[in-house]
Amino acid sequence: MSVAGHTPPPFFKRGPAPFARLVFFISLSLLLLVADLRFHTLEPVRFAVAALLWPLQQAVLLPVEGAGQAGNYFSQLGSLQRENADLRQRQLAQANLLLRQAHLDEENRRLRALLDMQERIDAPARAAEILYAARDPFARRVVIDRGISHGLETGQAVIDDLGVVGQVTRVFPLTSEVTLLTDKNQAIPVQVARNGLRAVLAGAGSGAMELKFLPANADVQPGDTLVTSGLDGIYIPGLPVAKVASIDRDNSFAFARIECTPLAGVERHGQVLVLGKRTPPPMPEEPVEEVRKPAKGRKPR
Amino acid sequence: MIQPTHSSRRILLPARGWFIYLSLSLALALNLIPFGRLPGIPDWFALTLAFWCIHQPLKIGMGTGFVFGLVMDVANASVMGQHALAYVLLAFAAGGLSRRILWFPLAQQALQVLPLLLGTQLVMLLIRIGTGAEFPGVLYFLSSVVGVLLWHPLNYILLLPQYRPVERDENRPI
Repeated sequence: MSVAGHTPPPFFKRGPAPFARLVFFISLSLLLLVADLRFHTLEPVRFAVAALLWPLQQAVLLPVEGAGQAGNYFSQLGSLQRENADLRQRQLAQANLLLRQAHLDEENRRLRALLDMQERIDAPARAAEILYAARDPFARRVVIDRGISHGLETGQAVIDDLGVVGQVTRVFPLTSEVTLLTDKNQAIPVQVARNGLRAVLAGAGSGAMELKFLPANADVQPGDTLVTSGLDGIYIPGLPVAKVASIDRDNSFAFARIECTPLAGVERHGQVLVLGKRTPPPMPEEPVEEVRKPAKGRKPR
Repeated sequence: MIQPTHSSRRILLPARGWFIYLSLSLALALNLIPFGRLPGIPDWFALTLAFWCIHQPLKIGMGTGFVFGLVMDVANASVMGQHALAYVLLAFAAGGLSRRILWFPLAQQALQVLPLLLGTQLVMLLIRIGTGAEFPGVLYFLSSVVGVLLWHPLNYILLLPQYRPVERDENRPI
């Protein structure tokens, strides 16, 4: 019988009760969630664990690569020959443009110098290969085989031979994560190639994109090509991004609903090009005294 | 006394700690195989964790789920704490229900494990939808169903080291 304030010691020590442990671990997880999502303070932890996991991930990747190589091995000779002929033809078609490119570049530079305009800066590019799509069903990310040791940084643009693929959002020593344009949290400033109309293109999930905040009477037609406008200071202007697929001009909404499909092989695997970080042209100097605005605490992406 | 199910007459050897952790690590490695966006790939680790929480609730519990969940979060490039929270809840539920579930034959055990796995996926879905991610489609929940279909073979494989007798004796039930 227990006296007030005294309980008999337990026969078996099993630590705290399951419910107490549950509350402890749930609060710890919620703390981590908030720290990661709101304050982004867990990147060093992620970095360390990722470094430890690197050999295991490589080992796990081996059977996947093996399967891919076996598939290649058994692919028909005919299809390879067809692809080869196709590529040769494409190269010939582009030779015309390529041969004149150097000449045009030179002429452009001279004209720009004459006009006293900012020179367009060519960003250095680095080839990389998409290793696999991250196994996160809620986001659209891929992992490429270049990382910090190859000089990659977060924020770099990633393109393939057809257009923009996405942006490097997290770097590890030997790999990096690229968030695809079709991710719901990814947006890119574009302009319509036909008339220079500027807009923001955002991922809509399930492989599609949406042109946002354009009025219902905006001059956009199905089939229009969208290219980067370069206003963000990240993407070089003029890279093809997407094609307008369908437009729904419903008057009951303030904005038109414009669906687009990406031009680049965003959801396919293969070789990509990571563009070097673009240094935005310096702002023109303001002659008037600058008015101090309260600095906003938002981190630029 | 350890049995495959409480209604079984077979007695098992005690489970070895290293084998439990080895199987959990192997399940985690299986989870790392990049299948891309293919639906219906089971969450091997959740399945194995549920198995050990049901069979060895005193050895494996929420702490294991939390630590492996964090590793999974990094490997999967998801939000820190997403898998950890889901696996902790799974371990709690599986450990609490272990005495009940073990009374059933294997097919009915699988039916009881299905809501646990679906709940795990639902927790992850709620966390990500709450933070502004896209809904991956109803096929996302297919992976739990596929996982539950594997409950029978998984039971056999994970209990195999405990089935082996130390020395053969015809007059003993082991």
